[in-house]
Amino acid sequence: MGSTISELPSRRTPLADAADTGLKIVIVGGFGVGKTTLVRSVSEIRPLNTEELMTQAGVGVDETTAVAAKTTTTVAFDFGRISLNERMVLYLFGAPGQERFWFLWDRLFSGTLGAVVLVDTRRMNDSWYAIDRLEHHKTPFVVAVNRFDDAAGHSLDEIRQALALPDHVPLIDCDARVRSSGKDVLITLVDYLYTQAMAQETTP
Amino acid sequence: MTRRPVDTGDPDRLYTVTGGRSRADDSFDLVALVVSECEPTAGMQSEHLRILELCRHPTAVVEVAAELRLPITVVRILLSDLLAMGRITVRHPQMAQSAASLPHSALLKEVLRGLHNL
Repeated sequence: MGSTISELPSRRTPLADAADTGLKIVIVGGFGVGKTTLVRSVSEIRPLNTEELMTQAGVGVDETTAVAAKTTTTVAFDFGRISLNERMVLYLFGAPGQERFWFLWDRLFSGTLGAVVLVDTRRMNDSWYAIDRLEHHKTPFVVAVNRFDDAAGHSLDEIRQALALPDHVPLIDCDARVRSSGKDVLITLVDYLYTQAMAQETTP
Repeated sequence: MTRRPVDTGDPDRLYTVTGGRSRADDSFDLVALVVSECEPTAGMQSEHLRILELCRHPTAVVEVAAELRLPITVVRILLSDLLAMGRITVRHPQMAQSAASLPHSALLKEVLRGLHNL
């Protein structure tokens, strides 16, 4: 799954020459929850993998740009893309939920439209942490439960309660392997953002 | 003729690629779209050459990093060099960089339309 280093260029379709607006949505979740699967199901390119550097000293400090330090480690993430029209291209990033990753959040994902928290009901703790961090970064998000291997079959109400998720945050089921399902997750998020933006714009 | 790709596992090698600099220009957003404004020429640093080849069509900073197999920070430094030399232009995202501000509803409506058409 997911985190293998991408291969060298492979006849990928370039963006339209008129493309001028890059947008991003981040998919957050624990290891093995299906982030890359979701990216792959909706992406027009095979997901690519890239990495950013951070120094050990950078852990806990918001200054992590030293390339040469001996203690440099890397944080890797996958991404895919969707050309929305001739001008707009949406990038989807699969972001690991681990703690050190959040130190890079502002450097990598400032200006993101919003986030999808992908939940595996067997490992709710991972999601808990992600939700906490997103609230801290004031990033709007929706929660999607990846159901492809959910033996326990928790209801959405039970999951909402377990995650202490406020009523206004959309919570949906999905199957990350299925394109139409992945597309629904993205639409749920952008619908939610649109409703919020409208409310904000019409408030005097 | 291309030279051996940079070994991303070795910080000292990365230091060489960037000419000793370790501070990136954060003005290159991950999804800023880079476009070449000239053809690669002989004698250019191999990473610069590859970027100019890649960016004949608009290419996001993050895609450049993935294709070159270099960390984002290093790619941002390489791109600032090319920008300073006038060899690339950059189409910045419209989004506000501040974390708490929502994008405009008109933009989101366009995104929704695009997603529905998938």
